[in-house]
Amino acid sequence: MADILQIKNVSKKYSNHVALNDISINVAEKSIFGLLGPNGAGKTSLIRIINQITGPDKGEILFKGEKLNPKHVERIGYLPEERGLYKKMSVGDQVLYLAQLKGLSKTDAKKRLSFWFEKFEMQSWWKKKIEELSKGMQQKVQFIVTVIHEPELLILDEPFSGFDPINAQLIKNEILELRKNGATVIFSTHNMGSVEELCDNICLINKAEKILDGSVKDIRKTFRTNTYKISFKGNLLGFTNALWTAGEIVEKHTEDEIHTVTLKLANTITGSQFLQAVLPTIEIHSFNELIPSMNDIFIMKVNQGNEVVGTKSNYTE
Amino acid sequence: MRKIRLIIGREIKSKLTNKTFIIMTILAPLLITGFLAFMIKMTQSEKTEQNVLVIDDSKLFGDKLVGNDYISLSFSNDNLEKAVSEFSGKGFSCVLWISPTIIEGGAGATKLFYKKSPGFAFQTYIKDQMERIVYENKLKANNIDPTIISNSKQSIKIILEKVNDKGNTEEQASFGLFGFLTGALMFMFILMYGMMVFRSVMEEKTNRIVEVIVSSVKPFELMLGKIIGVAILGIIQFIIMGIITFALTTVLSTIFLKDVSSQLKIFESQQELVKKGGTNVNFSQLEKFDDKLEVFDLLKKIQKINFMEVFICFVLYFIGGYLFYSSIMAAIGSAVDSEADSQQFITPVMIPLMVGYFIATKTIMDPDSSTVFWGSIIPFTSPIVMMSRITNGVPLWELVLSLSILFVSFVFTTWLAGKIYRTGILMYGKKTSWREIGKWLFYK
Repeated sequence: MADILQIKNVSKKYSNHVALNDISINVAEKSIFGLLGPNGAGKTSLIRIINQITGPDKGEILFKGEKLNPKHVERIGYLPEERGLYKKMSVGDQVLYLAQLKGLSKTDAKKRLSFWFEKFEMQSWWKKKIEELSKGMQQKVQFIVTVIHEPELLILDEPFSGFDPINAQLIKNEILELRKNGATVIFSTHNMGSVEELCDNICLINKAEKILDGSVKDIRKTFRTNTYKISFKGNLLGFTNALWTAGEIVEKHTEDEIHTVTLKLANTITGSQFLQAVLPTIEIHSFNELIPSMNDIFIMKVNQGNEVVGTKSNYTE
Repeated sequence: MRKIRLIIGREIKSKLTNKTFIIMTILAPLLITGFLAFMIKMTQSEKTEQNVLVIDDSKLFGDKLVGNDYISLSFSNDNLEKAVSEFSGKGFSCVLWISPTIIEGGAGATKLFYKKSPGFAFQTYIKDQMERIVYENKLKANNIDPTIISNSKQSIKIILEKVNDKGNTEEQASFGLFGFLTGALMFMFILMYGMMVFRSVMEEKTNRIVEVIVSSVKPFELMLGKIIGVAILGIIQFIIMGIITFALTTVLSTIFLKDVSSQLKIFESQQELVKKGGTNVNFSQLEKFDDKLEVFDLLKKIQKINFMEVFICFVLYFIGGYLFYSSIMAAIGSAVDSEADSQQFITPVMIPLMVGYFIATKTIMDPDSSTVFWGSIIPFTSPIVMMSRITNGVPLWELVLSLSILFVSFVFTTWLAGKIYRTGILMYGKKTSWREIGKWLFYK
């Protein structure tokens, strides 16, 4: 599939700290792309550059093969992390204004606005001022503002922070539907659960550097450690003997004569080979491979990066 | 351009529908003219009917002390105590007692007994007359004819004639106060609309809507749209206020100044007559306007002002001065997170404005001093100071120079402000300092 966005060697520096260092990312069309990283890693800096709010110091960005330019603004929808609305302006006027700034004509904006208002069952809000709405209601308005001009690329900075579970679910469903209709979605988040649920591809940024990218499936596969969890009835000693050199026990506990063991197999041995070996001695209740979650991978990679940087700085000092 | 138009439109609409704004626009001229009318009313003497019973024990004032339209005097030889106890029953409003020793002076020589205070104007009227009568009496006692004294008095008025470069002279209006007022008005307008831009920028930043907007428009366009929007708003407000003030003052002046302006016409035609006829004019036939000379002077000065010139200059200097200061205000508004932090940044901007205001006060006394000249050239103060000079006649080259500097300067400050604004609006949670703002100028 073609890439909607190609980020090539982008660097950005603020007076005395580097926000982005030589970042290159490709985002495939009609995919959901997760931009991950701890606070202060440079995610928002990158997102602002894609939105042309600031410019990169070095490198370039291509939107559908064209060099990113102000015309593209109308094809991108952006929901910033720090989001707000004019408190004293009515909901209708406000969305119309922002939609027109995105290049829609007034009549088009009105038509689409009534579609979304109907969809979210908020027709009666048109004349209300933002300050009269609850936070959840404001979030719905913000989401509509982001998507009303039917952008090809949707950029959501921490879309789930501050949303209640019901609204978060609503937004998740909308993201999936927008993708189905042909939009590409980039979102940054700390919520790893939503990454596994939604993302096709991810990129992990830490301390201005890209430390990991690829499809969620591939990444989880590469981080497999051949670790399994097995529950069984039978003689634990016999089990341990049968295991022999095939691997080591990481953790075990026993409850109601059922032993649950987490074990890490040697790289040369597959799960089914192991099962064949132990099957004669025990009665198996369950057997699962423990694939690391995105959360584990995130923490592991970020900690690794911090250690490396840590030793480096020790050296220099 | 379409986007800037949208921003301008929103800016104007959001303020025009704001109740405080509407109330201010209507109330301000009402308050100003109301206050002026009140001041004029206060200076005019209160004319309450006074029916005075005079007990003149000195026998000096009998035929000389006289009343007027609303003060009537009745002389009586009654006993003072009896008169004081009975006067209100007999329809008098007060009793004026004059001591037999008034000519020697001293406290308590004259007393006024009343039930309802007769007011200050009445007291002054009686006191002035009595002083004059005693004065003439004393002169006569020394065999001096009072008419000699009064004829020897001569008031002098200096007429200012400015000689221009071509050697022609023209009578100067030299109406410093009017100039100062336009200068002060300029000060107020620049400050008011500058603050409006400041608030509007800060509101968008603290609302956190600004990031959504700058993902659709360039920050510089947003800032420019805002500044232009407020400027148009200012002009709308200015026109509405102007119309209301004009209507009100016209109504008020027909009430208060009707007599004066017709009197001025008679006075001027008499002056013409005197100029032509010299001493052959029969002076006794002319009306006397001795007490009106100051008002005439004021009216003549007002008539001499070239309102068209003042208006055009005001608009030009307002545009220049407003753009100069409001772009700085926009930059500051983008740099702060809350109104509380803003004071340290607003004060340094206020200072040059205040300096301009003080130079404008100096213009009244000393319109051609070098401070005033430089004040009207340097862009920080020129809008205010030049307005205060304008009625004194400013050479064209100075106007052109001052306006050119001002317009070049605002292009520069707007450019500079754009750089600060762009970074400032996205900076949160950081305590901003001047140093920090300086760094933003160099971000790419």
